[in-house]
Amino acid sequence: MTRAHPTPLRPPPTAAQEPRDRPISPPASLPRARPAPPAIPWPLPVPDDRPVQWGRGAREERGDVRLLAVDTRHGRLLDRAAADLPELLLPGDLVVLNDAATLPASLSGRAPSGAPIEIRLAGPAGERGRWPAVLFGAGDWHMRTEDRPPPERLAPGDRIRLGDEPGAADRDALTAEIASVSPISPRLVELDFDRAGARLLAALYRHGRPVQYSHQDRDLALWSVQTAFAGPPWAVEMPSAGRPLSWQILAGLRRRGVELAWLTHAAGLSSTGDAALDAALPLPEQYDIPRATAHAVHRAAAEGRRVIAVGTTVVRALEGAARSGRWAGGAGTTDLVLDAGSVIRVVDGVVTGVHAPGESHYRLLGAFAPPALLDAAWRHARARGYLQHELGDLCLFAPGLAGAEPAVSAPRPTAARP
Amino acid sequence: MHIRDTSSLVTGASRGLGRALAGRLAAAGSRVVMVAREAGPLERAAAEIRAAGGTAHAIAADVGDKHAIHPLAGQAAALVGPIDILINNASTLGPTPLRLLLDTECEDLERALAVNLVGPFRLSKVVAGSMALRGRGIVVNLSSDAAVEPYATWGAYAASKAALDQLSRVWAAELAEHRVRVLAVDPGEMDTRMHADAIPDADRSTLADPDAVARRIVAMIEAEQLAPTGARLVAPSFEVEALL
Repeated sequence: MTRAHPTPLRPPPTAAQEPRDRPISPPASLPRARPAPPAIPWPLPVPDDRPVQWGRGAREERGDVRLLAVDTRHGRLLDRAAADLPELLLPGDLVVLNDAATLPASLSGRAPSGAPIEIRLAGPAGERGRWPAVLFGAGDWHMRTEDRPPPERLAPGDRIRLGDEPGAADRDALTAEIASVSPISPRLVELDFDRAGARLLAALYRHGRPVQYSHQDRDLALWSVQTAFAGPPWAVEMPSAGRPLSWQILAGLRRRGVELAWLTHAAGLSSTGDAALDAALPLPEQYDIPRATAHAVHRAAAEGRRVIAVGTTVVRALEGAARSGRWAGGAGTTDLVLDAGSVIRVVDGVVTGVHAPGESHYRLLGAFAPPALLDAAWRHARARGYLQHELGDLCLFAPGLAGAEPAVSAPRPTAARP
Repeated sequence: MHIRDTSSLVTGASRGLGRALAGRLAAAGSRVVMVAREAGPLERAAAEIRAAGGTAHAIAADVGDKHAIHPLAGQAAALVGPIDILINNASTLGPTPLRLLLDTECEDLERALAVNLVGPFRLSKVVAGSMALRGRGIVVNLSSDAAVEPYATWGAYAASKAALDQLSRVWAAELAEHRVRVLAVDPGEMDTRMHADAIPDADRSTLADPDAVARRIVAMIEAEQLAPTGARLVAPSFEVEALL
């Protein structure tokens, strides 16, 4: 699909444009149910040595999540809440969600020598029923991945016993055989499990637990890593941009005239602690775009309506499919990596977590916002204590925000806000 | 909803009405995931349905255990795809012979609520979000006339089913805009082990065959005009013959 955007996606922020791009504060006389936060001057002057920290905690409740709205057309930043998303988007926008549920993809066990080993599934089974996985040495998520000792070096044919707690019956243990070892890293392997189908799923759900990282302070339950609209369990880490979207918000989007569509994308591991492997992330990831979603994207493009991706996984699936010419929808695999130099063909805006420079997600956002605006958004999020990571806060990058325009700042309903 | 090429999840599916519903749905072309606590009888029931040409998978789980719900829903979606038809059929009577409320242990009331009310709520919450996103799906909650009539000794079960009925109505009201239907169905008195546990001296010749009731419930799922969302339907009086 080749699509000409109805308006330039990324107006370069030049000095000549500056007067026009300056945020306009809404007149104080406009009626409002509650005062709207003022637009934030951009670029925001935050000195680099300012002693502020990224938030590293977790939002326990979906409804508590903050949202930094970034208008990529006008260079505005707005402090809002995830609950404000329906008011920030426009009737006619098409919001595409990743409906992948999250597998309990971390399993602990013993290498052939008896040494402790952890496997983290890197995606759903591929061809011939083999599961990609990353091996970790002793320890668990409490330790930073880069501090973990390397696992025993394994070769094809070696077997790992998983879920083999002392005292458990022999039939309770799950065995995985190394089917192949990747040239990228000896820690990236393909596994052949000793069972398939319903019996394998039952064992994975019995012995597995969610993949998590040392910035968390407690064990994550399986229900903590699911979105409110999850379906097929393809993701090995939660497609986390969708987590704050409660059904209050999703129903609000539909009532606003925003169309919802979905695809399934097997969100992969975000970090392994292995330099060679981390440099190769994201690994190729499977996706499945329903025919109805492909049609919805076509219609939106034809009618000049915007496509808003919830999560970088959705960006990669849609842009990957666009590049493969697979526009009737369907299943595929993408290894697409996007950055400031990428030409975006399908997606106009993105809802994502709070990402720092140096992260691949931050680089991907370079395809949607100019560097100075990205930098300003990052500094602002840092200064205001937005929370990073998968249980943190959100950013919305979109060309034009309804809530940022004084002309459409109608009174907002407050009754149903929890 | 046309049942061909759908995905179904039926709880309490190893015997009785749940077993019959799984068989009827599979015969109509749905890919069925069957759930019950005991793996042995459940596996045999699923094998019978497969032998009859249907698609059926067995997952041994207790819907009264909150840790079982996400694993159950995840496995089901992996096996048959996102669930289109959820049948919350699993129920517990509590200890039998049934007891007067004054003789009912508080823990037995809690267990009845956990299995008959909170379990269906948890499972619906996990499954219906995907239905709402896709704008397609139906949840059927199995009720009882004990939810309406004050039968002595049925207190714990009756309270759980009355609450389930009201939960069904609110689910229906909230999910209507997403085109997801929710029904509460009183199946009537059936010749099942649960009935024998509750009323051992019943005249079995007066009890309905669970398969005949399952056929009516499948007709309700198919005939939206006759079984609109939010309805509480009584299976023995549901006119189905004209549809079949």
